[in-house]
Amino acid sequence: MLRIPCPYCGERTENEFSYGGEAHKVRPERPEEVSDAQWADYLFLQKNTKGTFYERWVHTYGCRRWFNVVRDTLTNEVHGSYKMGEEPPKVDEKTYV
Amino acid sequence: MTARYSIFSLVKNALSYHENWQQAWHSPEPKKQYDAVIVGGGGHGLVTAYYLAKEHGLRNIAVIERGWLGGGNTGRNTTIVRSNYMWDQSAALYEHSLKLWENMTRELNFNVMFSQRSVLNLAHTLNEVRITKRRINSNRLNGIDSEWLEPEDVKREVPIIDLRGGGRYPVMGGSIQRRAGTARHDAVAWGYARACSEMGVDIIQQCAVEGFDIEGGQVTGVRTSKGHIKTNKVGLVVAGHCGVLANMAGFKLPVNSRPLQALVSEPVKPIVHNVVMAGAVHAYISQSDKGELVIGAGTDAYNGYSQWGSNPVTEDTLAAICELYPLFKRMRMLRQWGGVVDTCPDASPIIGLSPVKGMYLNCGWGTGGFKATPGSGHIFADTVANNRPHPIAAPFALDRFRTGFLIDEHAAAGVAH
Repeated sequence: MLRIPCPYCGERTENEFSYGGEAHKVRPERPEEVSDAQWADYLFLQKNTKGTFYERWVHTYGCRRWFNVVRDTLTNEVHGSYKMGEEPPKVDEKTYV
Repeated sequence: MTARYSIFSLVKNALSYHENWQQAWHSPEPKKQYDAVIVGGGGHGLVTAYYLAKEHGLRNIAVIERGWLGGGNTGRNTTIVRSNYMWDQSAALYEHSLKLWENMTRELNFNVMFSQRSVLNLAHTLNEVRITKRRINSNRLNGIDSEWLEPEDVKREVPIIDLRGGGRYPVMGGSIQRRAGTARHDAVAWGYARACSEMGVDIIQQCAVEGFDIEGGQVTGVRTSKGHIKTNKVGLVVAGHCGVLANMAGFKLPVNSRPLQALVSEPVKPIVHNVVMAGAVHAYISQSDKGELVIGAGTDAYNGYSQWGSNPVTEDTLAAICELYPLFKRMRMLRQWGGVVDTCPDASPIIGLSPVKGMYLNCGWGTGGFKATPGSGHIFADTVANNRPHPIAAPFALDRFRTGFLIDEHAAAGVAH
Protein backbone atom coordinates (compact mmCIF):
# COMPACT_ATOMS: atom_id res chain seq x y z
CA MET A 1 0.00 0.00 0.00
CA LEU A 2 1.46 3.32 -1.08
CA ARG A 3 1.15 6.37 1.11
CA ILE A 4 0.82 9.35 -1.16
CA PRO A 5 1.45 12.89 0.06
CA CYS A 6 -1.31 14.98 -1.48
CA PRO A 7 0.08 18.54 -1.62
CA TYR A 8 -3.33 19.84 -0.49
CA CYS A 9 -4.51 17.27 2.07
CA GLY A 10 -1.36 15.56 3.31
CA GLU A 11 -0.40 11.90 3.29
CA ARG A 12 -3.17 9.39 2.56
CA THR A 13 -3.31 5.74 1.46
CA GLU A 14 -3.28 4.91 -2.23
CA ASN A 15 -6.90 3.82 -2.52
CA GLU A 16 -8.06 7.41 -2.09
CA PHE A 17 -6.30 8.26 -5.34
CA SER A 18 -6.53 7.53 -9.06
CA TYR A 19 -3.59 7.29 -11.40
CA GLY A 20 -2.92 9.53 -14.36
CA GLY A 21 0.25 8.02 -15.81
CA GLU A 22 3.40 9.76 -17.02
CA ALA A 23 3.68 13.42 -16.01
CA HIS A 24 5.01 16.35 -18.04
CA LYS A 25 3.63 15.06 -21.33
CA VAL A 26 2.62 18.16 -23.23
CA ARG A 27 -0.44 17.98 -25.45
CA PRO A 28 0.39 19.43 -28.87
CA GLU A 29 -0.98 22.98 -29.12
CA ARG A 30 -2.58 22.28 -32.51
CA PRO A 31 -3.37 18.57 -32.84
CA GLU A 32 -4.63 19.07 -36.39
CA GLU A 33 -1.19 20.23 -37.48
CA VAL A 34 1.00 17.45 -36.07
CA SER A 35 1.76 14.25 -37.93
CA ASP A 36 0.14 10.93 -37.03
CA ALA A 37 3.46 9.78 -35.57
CA GLN A 38 3.71 12.84 -33.30
CA TRP A 39 0.11 12.40 -32.19
CA ALA A 40 0.71 8.69 -31.47
CA ASP A 41 3.76 9.66 -29.47
CA TYR A 42 1.68 12.00 -27.32
CA LEU A 43 -1.27 9.64 -27.01
CA PHE A 44 0.29 6.22 -26.59
CA LEU A 45 4.08 6.02 -26.26
CA GLN A 46 5.37 5.74 -22.73
CA LYS A 47 8.67 6.21 -20.95
CA ASN A 48 7.61 3.36 -18.66
CA THR A 49 10.66 4.02 -16.51
CA LYS A 50 12.07 1.39 -14.20
CA GLY A 51 13.33 3.72 -11.51
CA THR A 52 12.59 7.34 -10.67
CA PHE A 53 9.33 8.21 -12.37
CA TYR A 54 7.35 11.45 -12.52
CA GLU A 55 3.66 10.68 -12.60
CA ARG A 56 0.23 12.26 -12.24
CA TRP A 57 -2.28 11.41 -9.54
CA VAL A 58 -5.70 12.77 -8.60
CA HIS A 59 -7.07 12.72 -5.07
CA THR A 60 -10.43 11.19 -6.13
CA TYR A 61 -11.84 10.63 -2.65
CA GLY A 62 -10.37 13.80 -1.18
CA CYS A 63 -9.85 17.24 -2.66
CA ARG A 64 -10.25 15.85 -6.22
CA ARG A 65 -7.27 17.86 -7.42
CA TRP A 66 -4.52 16.71 -9.78
CA PHE A 67 -0.86 16.86 -8.81
CA ASN A 68 2.44 15.13 -9.58
CA VAL A 69 4.38 12.54 -7.61
CA VAL A 70 7.99 11.38 -7.89
CA ARG A 71 8.21 7.69 -7.14
CA ASP A 72 10.64 4.84 -7.66
CA THR A 73 8.73 2.23 -9.70
CA LEU A 74 10.91 -0.63 -8.48
CA THR A 75 11.09 0.05 -4.76
CA ASN A 76 7.81 2.03 -4.57
CA GLU A 77 9.57 4.68 -2.51
CA VAL A 78 7.68 7.98 -2.84
CA HIS A 79 10.17 10.84 -3.05
CA GLY A 80 7.64 13.64 -2.90
CA SER A 81 4.78 15.42 -4.59
CA TYR A 82 4.27 18.83 -6.14
CA LYS A 83 1.43 20.89 -7.54
CA MET A 84 0.72 21.11 -11.24
CA GLY A 85 2.93 23.78 -12.80
CA GLU A 86 5.51 23.62 -10.02
CA GLU A 87 9.07 22.44 -10.44
CA PRO A 88 9.63 18.85 -9.32
CA PRO A 89 11.68 18.39 -6.14
CA LYS A 90 15.35 17.59 -6.67
CA VAL A 91 15.87 13.86 -6.21
CA ASP A 92 18.73 11.51 -6.85
CA GLU A 93 17.38 9.91 -10.03
CA LYS A 94 17.88 6.19 -10.51
CA THR A 95 17.15 3.78 -13.32
CA TYR A 96 17.49 0.02 -13.14
CA VAL A 97 18.06 -2.51 -15.89
CA MET B 1 20.48 -37.31 -28.81
CA THR B 2 17.84 -36.72 -26.18
CA ALA B 3 16.22 -39.89 -24.89
CA ARG B 4 12.47 -40.14 -25.37
CA TYR B 5 10.26 -40.14 -22.31
CA SER B 6 8.00 -43.17 -22.14
CA ILE B 7 6.68 -45.80 -19.77
CA PHE B 8 9.81 -47.84 -20.53
CA SER B 9 12.23 -45.02 -19.71
CA LEU B 10 10.28 -44.43 -16.51
CA VAL B 11 10.59 -48.07 -15.47
CA LYS B 12 14.24 -48.20 -16.48
CA ASN B 13 15.09 -45.11 -14.43
CA ALA B 14 13.02 -46.29 -11.49
CA LEU B 15 15.41 -49.24 -11.23
CA SER B 16 18.30 -46.82 -10.64
CA TYR B 17 16.28 -44.69 -8.20
CA HIS B 18 15.80 -41.89 -10.78
CA GLU B 19 19.40 -40.82 -10.38
CA ASN B 20 20.44 -41.24 -14.00
CA TRP B 21 17.95 -39.09 -15.89
CA GLN B 22 19.65 -37.20 -18.67
CA GLN B 23 19.69 -33.38 -18.44
CA ALA B 24 16.75 -32.02 -20.40
CA TRP B 25 18.76 -29.24 -22.03
CA HIS B 26 22.36 -28.08 -22.32
CA SER B 27 23.67 -24.87 -20.80
CA PRO B 28 26.50 -23.76 -23.10
CA GLU B 29 28.53 -20.56 -22.99
CA PRO B 30 27.50 -18.06 -25.67
CA LYS B 31 29.25 -18.22 -29.05
CA LYS B 32 30.68 -15.10 -30.69
CA GLN B 33 28.08 -15.00 -33.42
CA TYR B 34 24.54 -16.24 -34.03
CA ASP B 35 22.13 -16.05 -36.96
CA ALA B 36 19.44 -14.95 -34.54
CA VAL B 37 19.28 -14.13 -30.84
CA ILE B 38 16.02 -14.38 -28.93
CA VAL B 39 16.00 -12.25 -25.80
CA GLY B 40 13.78 -13.82 -23.15
CA GLY B 41 13.69 -17.45 -22.07
CA GLY B 42 10.06 -17.63 -21.14
CA GLY B 43 7.46 -19.65 -23.01
CA HIS B 44 7.10 -17.25 -25.93
CA GLY B 45 10.85 -16.93 -26.47
CA LEU B 46 11.48 -20.66 -26.33
CA VAL B 47 8.63 -21.43 -28.73
CA THR B 48 10.01 -18.82 -31.10
CA ALA B 49 13.41 -20.53 -31.07
CA TYR B 50 11.72 -23.91 -31.44
CA TYR B 51 9.93 -22.94 -34.65
CA LEU B 52 12.91 -21.00 -36.01
CA ALA B 53 14.88 -24.24 -35.76
CA LYS B 54 12.11 -26.61 -36.74
CA GLU B 55 10.32 -24.82 -39.56
CA HIS B 56 12.80 -22.21 -40.78
CA GLY B 57 16.03 -24.16 -40.67
CA LEU B 58 17.90 -21.72 -38.43
CA ARG B 59 20.09 -23.79 -36.14
CA ASN B 60 22.76 -21.29 -35.13
CA ILE B 61 20.50 -19.44 -32.72
CA ALA B 62 20.48 -18.58 -29.04
CA VAL B 63 17.88 -17.85 -26.41
CA ILE B 64 19.29 -15.60 -23.73
CA GLU B 65 17.61 -15.24 -20.37
CA ARG B 66 18.54 -12.96 -17.51
CA GLY B 67 17.20 -15.23 -14.78
CA TRP B 68 16.31 -18.85 -15.22
CA LEU B 69 14.06 -20.59 -17.72
CA GLY B 70 10.40 -19.93 -17.11
CA GLY B 71 11.22 -17.97 -13.96
CA GLY B 72 9.42 -14.84 -15.10
CA ASN B 73 5.78 -14.58 -16.02
CA THR B 74 5.82 -18.10 -17.48
CA GLY B 75 6.09 -19.41 -13.93
CA ARG B 76 3.94 -16.71 -12.36
CA ASN B 77 0.70 -16.83 -14.31
CA THR B 78 -2.51 -18.66 -13.49
CA THR B 79 -2.12 -21.13 -16.40
CA ILE B 80 -5.40 -20.43 -18.18
CA VAL B 81 -5.73 -21.30 -21.86
CA ARG B 82 -8.73 -20.17 -23.93
CA SER B 83 -9.48 -18.58 -27.29
CA ASN B 84 -12.91 -16.95 -26.89
CA TYR B 85 -11.77 -13.47 -27.87
CA MET B 86 -14.15 -11.18 -29.65
CA TRP B 87 -12.40 -9.48 -32.56
CA ASP B 88 -11.51 -11.43 -35.70
CA GLN B 89 -7.80 -10.63 -35.41
CA SER B 90 -7.60 -11.90 -31.84
CA ALA B 91 -9.78 -14.91 -32.59
CA ALA B 92 -7.35 -15.93 -35.34
CA LEU B 93 -4.37 -15.52 -33.04
CA TYR B 94 -5.69 -17.27 -29.93
CA GLU B 95 -7.48 -20.05 -31.80
CA HIS B 96 -4.28 -20.77 -33.75
CA SER B 97 -2.62 -21.08 -30.38
CA LEU B 98 -5.31 -23.27 -28.82
CA LYS B 99 -4.98 -25.73 -31.69
CA LEU B 100 -1.24 -25.99 -31.01
CA TRP B 101 -1.93 -26.54 -27.29
CA GLU B 102 -4.11 -29.52 -28.15
CA ASN B 103 -1.15 -31.37 -29.64
CA MET B 104 1.71 -29.95 -27.57
CA THR B 105 2.34 -32.84 -25.19
CA ARG B 106 2.62 -35.33 -28.06
CA GLU B 107 4.71 -33.04 -30.22
CA LEU B 108 7.23 -32.30 -27.46
CA ASN B 109 7.22 -35.75 -25.85
CA PHE B 110 6.80 -33.81 -22.64
CA ASN B 111 3.66 -33.83 -20.54
CA VAL B 112 2.46 -30.25 -20.29
CA MET B 113 -0.68 -31.48 -18.51
CA PHE B 114 -3.00 -29.60 -20.83
CA SER B 115 -6.40 -30.10 -19.30
CA GLN B 116 -9.42 -28.98 -21.33
CA ARG B 117 -11.59 -28.56 -18.28
CA SER B 118 -13.52 -25.60 -19.76
CA VAL B 119 -13.46 -21.92 -18.90
CA LEU B 120 -16.57 -20.16 -17.68
CA ASN B 121 -17.00 -16.39 -17.80
CA LEU B 122 -19.71 -15.11 -15.47
CA ALA B 123 -21.96 -12.16 -16.23
CA HIS B 124 -23.08 -10.09 -13.26
CA THR B 125 -24.93 -7.20 -14.86
CA LEU B 126 -27.39 -6.76 -17.70
CA ASN B 127 -24.70 -4.99 -19.66
CA GLU B 128 -22.32 -7.88 -19.16
CA VAL B 129 -25.02 -10.30 -20.31
CA ARG B 130 -25.33 -8.37 -23.56
CA ILE B 131 -21.57 -8.12 -24.10
CA THR B 132 -21.13 -11.81 -23.34
CA LYS B 133 -23.83 -12.85 -25.79
CA ARG B 134 -22.31 -10.63 -28.44
CA ARG B 135 -18.92 -12.21 -27.83
CA ILE B 136 -20.40 -15.72 -28.04
CA ASN B 137 -21.95 -14.90 -31.43
CA SER B 138 -18.66 -13.45 -32.58
CA ASN B 139 -16.78 -16.55 -31.38
CA ARG B 140 -19.12 -18.88 -33.22
CA LEU B 141 -18.83 -16.93 -36.45
CA ASN B 142 -15.08 -17.47 -36.12
CA GLY B 143 -15.47 -21.21 -35.57
CA ILE B 144 -14.62 -21.05 -31.87
CA ASP B 145 -16.75 -23.10 -29.49
CA SER B 146 -18.67 -20.89 -27.11
CA GLU B 147 -22.02 -21.37 -25.38
CA TRP B 148 -24.36 -19.24 -23.30
CA LEU B 149 -25.23 -20.56 -19.85
CA GLU B 150 -28.36 -19.55 -17.94
CA PRO B 151 -27.86 -19.13 -14.18
CA GLU B 152 -29.16 -22.66 -13.50
CA ASP B 153 -26.64 -24.04 -16.02
CA VAL B 154 -23.90 -22.17 -14.19
CA LYS B 155 -25.05 -23.77 -10.95
CA ARG B 156 -24.92 -27.21 -12.60
CA GLU B 157 -21.33 -26.59 -13.71
CA VAL B 158 -20.20 -25.00 -10.45
CA PRO B 159 -22.41 -26.35 -7.64
CA ILE B 160 -20.60 -24.39 -4.92
CA ILE B 161 -21.39 -21.00 -6.43
CA ASP B 162 -23.87 -18.67 -4.74
CA LEU B 163 -25.97 -17.41 -7.66
CA ARG B 164 -27.07 -14.44 -5.56
CA GLY B 165 -23.41 -13.49 -5.23
CA GLY B 166 -24.07 -12.55 -1.61
CA GLY B 167 -26.56 -10.00 -2.91
CA ARG B 168 -23.75 -7.92 -4.35
CA TYR B 169 -22.71 -9.85 -7.44
CA PRO B 170 -25.73 -11.80 -8.73
CA VAL B 171 -24.89 -14.33 -11.45
CA MET B 172 -27.07 -13.53 -14.46
CA GLY B 173 -25.53 -16.15 -16.70
CA GLY B 174 -22.23 -16.72 -18.38
CA SER B 175 -20.34 -18.14 -21.31
CA ILE B 176 -18.43 -21.36 -21.47
CA GLN B 177 -15.68 -22.54 -23.78
CA ARG B 178 -15.38 -26.27 -23.31
CA ARG B 179 -12.10 -26.68 -25.22
CA ALA B 180 -10.42 -24.18 -22.93
CA GLY B 181 -8.66 -25.11 -19.71
CA THR B 182 -5.31 -25.04 -17.98
CA ALA B 183 -1.77 -26.34 -18.52
CA ARG B 184 1.27 -26.85 -16.36
CA HIS B 185 3.09 -23.56 -16.93
CA ASP B 186 6.70 -24.48 -16.21
CA ALA B 187 6.40 -27.76 -18.08
CA VAL B 188 5.75 -25.64 -21.16
CA ALA B 189 9.09 -23.86 -20.71
CA TRP B 190 10.92 -27.08 -19.90
CA GLY B 191 9.37 -29.03 -22.76
CA TYR B 192 10.24 -26.42 -25.37
CA ALA B 193 13.71 -25.90 -23.88
CA ARG B 194 14.37 -29.62 -24.21
CA ALA B 195 13.12 -29.68 -27.79
CA CYS B 196 15.16 -26.57 -28.68
CA SER B 197 18.31 -27.97 -27.12
CA GLU B 198 17.92 -31.17 -29.08
CA MET B 199 17.88 -29.18 -32.32
CA GLY B 200 21.08 -27.36 -31.36
CA VAL B 201 19.64 -24.10 -30.03
CA ASP B 202 21.88 -22.56 -27.35
CA ILE B 203 19.91 -21.77 -24.23
CA ILE B 204 21.91 -19.35 -22.12
CA GLN B 205 20.62 -18.53 -18.66
CA GLN B 206 21.91 -15.92 -16.21
CA CYS B 207 22.75 -13.73 -19.18
CA ALA B 208 21.40 -10.18 -19.01
CA VAL B 209 21.23 -7.83 -21.98
CA GLU B 210 23.22 -4.66 -21.36
CA GLY B 211 22.85 -2.95 -24.70
CA PHE B 212 22.53 -3.29 -28.46
CA ASP B 213 24.90 -2.44 -31.29
CA ILE B 214 23.00 -0.56 -33.95
CA GLU B 215 24.73 0.65 -37.11
CA GLY B 216 22.83 2.74 -39.63
CA GLY B 217 19.51 1.65 -38.17
CA GLN B 218 20.39 -2.05 -38.37
CA VAL B 219 21.07 -4.15 -35.30
CA THR B 220 24.50 -5.81 -35.45
CA GLY B 221 25.01 -7.21 -31.98
CA VAL B 222 23.89 -7.67 -28.42
CA ARG B 223 26.01 -6.74 -25.42
CA THR B 224 25.37 -9.10 -22.57
CA SER B 225 26.70 -9.85 -19.12
CA LYS B 226 28.37 -12.90 -20.69
CA GLY B 227 30.10 -10.95 -23.42
CA HIS B 228 29.47 -9.55 -26.83
CA ILE B 229 27.36 -11.47 -29.36
CA LYS B 230 27.27 -10.60 -33.04
CA THR B 231 23.96 -11.07 -34.81
CA ASN B 232 21.79 -9.42 -37.43
CA LYS B 233 18.49 -10.61 -36.02
CA VAL B 234 17.23 -9.99 -32.51
CA GLY B 235 13.81 -11.02 -31.27
CA LEU B 236 12.71 -9.20 -28.13
CA VAL B 237 10.38 -11.54 -26.29
CA VAL B 238 10.37 -10.13 -22.80
CA ALA B 239 7.28 -9.16 -20.87
CA GLY B 240 7.43 -6.46 -18.20
CA HIS B 241 10.87 -5.26 -19.22
CA CYS B 242 10.20 -4.71 -22.94
CA GLY B 243 10.15 -0.97 -22.33
CA VAL B 244 13.58 -1.11 -20.68
CA LEU B 245 15.02 -2.97 -23.69
CA ALA B 246 13.28 -0.64 -26.14
CA ASN B 247 14.94 2.30 -24.37
CA MET B 248 18.33 0.61 -24.86
CA ALA B 249 17.55 0.31 -28.56
CA GLY B 250 16.42 3.94 -28.71
CA PHE B 251 12.66 3.78 -29.17
CA LYS B 252 9.54 3.93 -27.04
CA LEU B 253 6.64 1.50 -26.76
CA PRO B 254 2.98 2.10 -25.96
CA VAL B 255 3.36 -0.05 -22.88
CA ASN B 256 2.86 0.46 -19.15
CA SER B 257 4.45 -2.16 -16.89
CA ARG B 258 2.48 -3.14 -13.82
CA PRO B 259 2.46 -5.92 -11.27
CA LEU B 260 -0.29 -8.51 -11.75
CA GLN B 261 -1.03 -10.62 -8.71
CA ALA B 262 -2.06 -14.19 -8.08
CA LEU B 263 -2.58 -16.33 -5.01
CA VAL B 264 -2.91 -19.98 -4.12
CA SER B 265 -4.74 -21.44 -1.18
CA GLU B 266 -4.00 -24.44 0.96
CA PRO B 267 -4.72 -27.68 -0.94
CA VAL B 268 -8.17 -29.20 -0.61
CA LYS B 269 -10.03 -32.09 -2.22
CA PRO B 270 -11.41 -31.53 -5.75
CA ILE B 271 -14.18 -28.95 -5.58
CA VAL B 272 -14.02 -26.77 -8.71
CA HIS B 273 -13.49 -28.60 -11.97
CA ASN B 274 -13.62 -25.70 -14.43
CA VAL B 275 -11.88 -22.38 -14.54
CA VAL B 276 -14.43 -19.81 -13.36
CA MET B 277 -13.81 -16.18 -14.19
CA ALA B 278 -15.73 -13.12 -13.11
CA GLY B 279 -14.30 -10.19 -15.02
CA ALA B 280 -16.49 -7.50 -13.52
CA VAL B 281 -15.45 -8.25 -9.97
CA HIS B 282 -11.84 -9.11 -10.74
CA ALA B 283 -11.98 -12.66 -9.45
CA TYR B 284 -11.18 -15.93 -11.09
CA ILE B 285 -10.40 -19.33 -9.72
CA SER B 286 -9.41 -22.79 -10.78
CA GLN B 287 -8.07 -25.72 -8.82
CA SER B 288 -4.62 -27.08 -9.49
CA ASP B 289 -3.87 -30.78 -9.67
CA LYS B 290 -2.31 -30.45 -6.23
CA GLY B 291 -5.66 -29.23 -4.89
CA GLU B 292 -4.79 -25.59 -4.36
CA LEU B 293 -7.23 -22.94 -5.47
CA VAL B 294 -5.42 -20.77 -7.98
CA ILE B 295 -6.75 -17.25 -7.79
CA GLY B 296 -6.01 -14.46 -10.20
CA ALA B 297 -6.32 -10.84 -9.15
CA GLY B 298 -5.95 -7.69 -11.19
CA THR B 299 -3.08 -5.40 -12.08
CA ASP B 300 -2.07 -2.50 -9.92
CA ALA B 301 -3.61 0.81 -10.90
CA TYR B 302 -0.16 2.38 -11.31
CA ASN B 303 3.15 1.51 -13.01
CA GLY B 304 5.58 -0.68 -11.13
CA TYR B 305 8.31 -3.28 -11.45
CA SER B 306 8.08 -4.64 -7.92
CA GLN B 307 6.87 -8.24 -8.61
CA TRP B 308 4.84 -7.80 -5.47
CA GLY B 309 1.72 -5.78 -6.04
CA SER B 310 -0.60 -3.63 -4.03
CA ASN B 311 -2.67 -4.94 -1.12
CA PRO B 312 -6.06 -3.41 -1.99
CA VAL B 313 -6.03 -5.37 -5.27
CA THR B 314 -5.91 -8.80 -3.63
CA GLU B 315 -8.31 -7.63 -0.95
CA ASP B 316 -10.95 -6.73 -3.58
CA THR B 317 -10.48 -10.04 -5.35
CA LEU B 318 -10.80 -12.11 -2.20
CA ALA B 319 -13.83 -10.11 -1.10
CA ALA B 320 -15.57 -10.96 -4.38
CA ILE B 321 -14.56 -14.62 -4.12
CA CYS B 322 -16.05 -14.82 -0.63
CA GLU B 323 -19.35 -13.42 -1.95
CA LEU B 324 -19.50 -15.82 -4.90
CA TYR B 325 -18.24 -18.90 -3.04
CA PRO B 326 -19.25 -18.50 0.62
CA LEU B 327 -17.70 -21.90 1.24
CA PHE B 328 -14.23 -20.44 0.70
CA LYS B 329 -14.51 -17.84 3.45
CA ARG B 330 -12.45 -19.99 5.78
CA MET B 331 -9.82 -21.04 3.24
CA ARG B 332 -6.32 -19.94 4.05
CA MET B 333 -4.05 -18.52 1.38
CA LEU B 334 -0.62 -20.09 1.17
CA ARG B 335 1.20 -17.85 -1.26
CA GLN B 336 0.78 -14.56 -3.03
CA TRP B 337 3.03 -13.10 -5.72
CA GLY B 338 3.17 -10.64 -8.56
CA GLY B 339 4.56 -10.67 -12.07
CA VAL B 340 5.36 -7.53 -14.02
CA VAL B 341 3.13 -7.40 -17.09
CA ASP B 342 3.41 -5.09 -20.08
CA THR B 343 -0.04 -3.67 -20.72
CA CYS B 344 -1.00 -2.06 -24.03
CA PRO B 345 -3.73 0.57 -24.37
CA ASP B 346 -5.96 -1.83 -26.36
CA ALA B 347 -5.13 -4.97 -24.32
CA SER B 348 -3.67 -6.64 -27.42
CA PRO B 349 -0.05 -7.64 -27.94
CA ILE B 350 2.57 -6.14 -30.23
CA ILE B 351 4.03 -8.66 -32.68
CA GLY B 352 6.15 -7.69 -35.65
CA LEU B 353 8.88 -5.37 -36.82
CA SER B 354 10.39 -2.60 -34.71
CA PRO B 355 11.82 0.79 -35.68
CA VAL B 356 15.28 -0.86 -35.74
CA LYS B 357 16.07 -3.10 -38.74
CA GLY B 358 16.66 -6.70 -37.76
CA MET B 359 15.00 -6.21 -34.40
CA TYR B 360 11.60 -7.81 -33.89
CA LEU B 361 9.03 -7.32 -31.17
CA ASN B 362 6.84 -9.81 -29.39
CA CYS B 363 5.56 -8.06 -26.29
CA GLY B 364 2.66 -6.18 -24.77
CA TRP B 365 0.78 -9.36 -23.84
CA GLY B 366 -0.28 -7.69 -20.65
CA THR B 367 -2.30 -9.92 -18.38
CA GLY B 368 -3.02 -12.75 -20.79
CA GLY B 369 0.03 -14.01 -22.64
CA PHE B 370 0.28 -17.55 -21.34
CA LYS B 371 -2.61 -18.92 -23.41
CA ALA B 372 -0.99 -17.61 -26.57
CA THR B 373 2.44 -19.14 -25.95
CA PRO B 374 2.63 -21.67 -28.83
CA GLY B 375 0.76 -19.57 -31.41
CA SER B 376 2.71 -16.45 -30.53
CA GLY B 377 6.05 -18.20 -30.95
CA HIS B 378 4.91 -19.87 -34.17
CA ILE B 379 3.89 -16.69 -35.97
CA PHE B 380 6.76 -14.71 -34.47
CA ALA B 381 9.35 -17.21 -35.71
CA ASP B 382 7.89 -16.82 -39.19
CA THR B 383 8.07 -13.04 -38.82
CA VAL B 384 11.71 -13.12 -37.67
CA ALA B 385 12.81 -15.62 -40.33
CA ASN B 386 11.18 -13.82 -43.24
CA ASN B 387 11.56 -10.22 -42.08
CA ARG B 388 7.87 -9.47 -42.63
CA PRO B 389 4.84 -9.99 -40.42
CA HIS B 390 3.09 -13.36 -40.52
CA PRO B 391 -0.50 -12.81 -41.77
CA ILE B 392 -1.90 -13.49 -38.28
CA ALA B 393 0.68 -11.12 -36.74
CA ALA B 394 0.16 -8.30 -39.24
CA PRO B 395 -2.77 -6.58 -37.44
CA PHE B 396 -0.74 -6.60 -34.20
CA ALA B 397 2.05 -4.42 -35.61
CA LEU B 398 3.47 -1.59 -33.52
CA ASP B 399 2.35 0.74 -36.29
CA ARG B 400 -1.31 0.31 -35.31
CA PHE B 401 -0.83 3.00 -32.69
CA ARG B 402 0.01 5.44 -35.47
CA THR B 403 -2.67 4.35 -37.93
CA GLY B 404 -5.34 4.01 -35.25
CA PHE B 405 -6.33 0.44 -36.15
CA LEU B 406 -6.40 -0.71 -32.54
CA ILE B 407 -7.68 -4.16 -31.61
CA ASP B 408 -9.64 -3.23 -28.55
CA GLU B 409 -10.01 -6.36 -26.48
CA HIS B 410 -10.75 -4.58 -23.22
CA ALA B 411 -14.43 -5.42 -23.20
CA ALA B 412 -13.96 -8.80 -24.79
CA ALA B 413 -11.03 -9.91 -22.70
CA GLY B 414 -12.30 -8.26 -19.54
CA VAL B 415 -9.77 -8.20 -16.78
CA ALA B 416 -9.73 -11.91 -16.48
CA HIS B 417 -7.22 -13.98 -18.38
